[in-house]
Amino acid sequence: MLEVTGLCRNFDGLPALSEVSFGVPRGEVTALIGPNGAGKTTMINCISGADRADAGSVHLSGEEVTGLPAWQLARRGLARTFQNLRLFPRLSVLDNVLCGLTVEGGSSLLGALLRPPSLRNRERRLRLRAMAMLDRFQLGELADWPVGVLAYGDRKRVELARALVSEPALLLLDEPVAGLNHDETAAVAAEIRALRAHGYTVLLVEHDMDLVMAVSDRVVVLDGGRCIARGTPAEIRQNPLVLEAYLGRASATA
Amino acid sequence: MTHKEKLLYFLWLHRTGLTVLGLSLLLAVYPLFYGNPYTLGLTNLIGIYTIVVLGLNLFIGYAGQISLGHAAFFAVGAYGSALLSVEAELSPWLAMLLAGLGAALLALLVGLPALRLHGHYLAMATLGVNIVVYTVLVQWDALTGGPSGLAGIPPLRLAGIALSDDRQLHYLIWTVALICLLLGLNLVRSGVGRGLAALAADEIAARSLGVDTRTAKVKVFVLSAVLASLAGSLYAHSFGFVSPETFGIFASVDFVTMVVVGGLGSVWGSLFGAALLTWLPEVIDLFETYKEIVHGLILVLVLLFLPRGLVSGLVDLVRLRLARWRSRHA
Repeated sequence: MLEVTGLCRNFDGLPALSEVSFGVPRGEVTALIGPNGAGKTTMINCISGADRADAGSVHLSGEEVTGLPAWQLARRGLARTFQNLRLFPRLSVLDNVLCGLTVEGGSSLLGALLRPPSLRNRERRLRLRAMAMLDRFQLGELADWPVGVLAYGDRKRVELARALVSEPALLLLDEPVAGLNHDETAAVAAEIRALRAHGYTVLLVEHDMDLVMAVSDRVVVLDGGRCIARGTPAEIRQNPLVLEAYLGRASATA
Repeated sequence: MTHKEKLLYFLWLHRTGLTVLGLSLLLAVYPLFYGNPYTLGLTNLIGIYTIVVLGLNLFIGYAGQISLGHAAFFAVGAYGSALLSVEAELSPWLAMLLAGLGAALLALLVGLPALRLHGHYLAMATLGVNIVVYTVLVQWDALTGGPSGLAGIPPLRLAGIALSDDRQLHYLIWTVALICLLLGLNLVRSGVGRGLAALAADEIAARSLGVDTRTAKVKVFVLSAVLASLAGSLYAHSFGFVSPETFGIFASVDFVTMVVVGGLGSVWGSLFGAALLTWLPEVIDLFETYKEIVHGLILVLVLLFLPRGLVSGLVDLVRLRLARWRSRHA
């Protein structure tokens, strides 16, 4: 679904990513892990259009999307959640999820001003789809609430619903359990497994090793801007390079 | 659910239709009760300002940008209409249309570079545009009549009748204003409107949802400029006279105050803000004398206590109570 080939990114001559290649197969959960400063954030930025790679290419669903702006990537089927949530707090839960359907484009400014019957019908269909998505995440009763007043866990589910409502080809989850406690992390793990069962393709960028090992089909490990290992969770767990990258640093900071 | 609650819920559900209906009725009978030229002149001015403030509100309140130069586009409409109908002797309707196109073009030229800016920088850039346009109006005597302005602008004609008396103008201006408000309501309920709201709240998130934020900003800026120009044309053809002082930077600041006081991101708030700030100085002498100070004071008080403006602030409160009530009864 996603193919990253030989991606390089330098900041003032210092390489943040050098020659990184990996793939995200359709229908699987692929995790991108690595210690702090490994280049995970730079990688997400390059994939999602927030930053531009210096060399290398990115293909999404077989099409080259290297260097496209974020909004075009979104229209080609890349949906994402953010590490610290980026919702629209004053808008209602329903409107937030409806915003997830702007990727389908549709009406022009003039059309929106005149609101012909075709647009009216389309709006009605979009609302139904958004409501169905809310029900799937047990958010139906909160549809009219402004997102800003909801509890953190509910807001996280709203963000996920917003990302999924357009049935994206690839879902990018940026540190979904950052700041969550043990029970909440378990709930997110269950949710990711449910996404996989529904057939979604997921790229999970995460710190939490337990979560990654529990939900991923494949793991890609970055360290110092290079891809040092790729494989199933079981393989990664036994890879000496990975152990060194993580434990080496852990003992240095201890 | 009690009867009272049912009634309130019904009112809320049909709030837009009911407001439009009520307002249309009110405006239709208004001249029967307040027929004197002074009050009609005042409400006509409110109607004209409503159109400007609506456009500006779409830009500031929905798209989350700032413009301190909308009087410039108001001026393009007014002077464009005046010059094209007086000097070029075009039909006022055609003059109005051409002036609108001119304003759109100017907004596009200004907007393409300026809308890469944010916050204070965008405010300064738009303020600069206003100052340039104002200076042209004052200095280019040969074309604009300089500080003394242009007089003898012909009125709009409909089916051979010149719309020049206050009552006719009342119906003309408020029909246009109501249509603009309805178009605005359509826009904010559409996918495009949601894209703008998303852009205002969080540009990065909006982009990740497929909103082409740069183009969206320019489009809504152009739309707001066209609305300001339309209002300017109505002004010129209604009052028959234009002079630069109506279009200075203080006018721009007043428009922004009307947006903020009425309600950021509220279509009806535009009407309310324009009405309140046009009407208050007329009924309270103190306002007239110390207009700038009082406007500033109102702005500060609203920002302190209802930062989203009067109408939006109240609507937010109602929405919250309603959401609470509905989850209790779900």
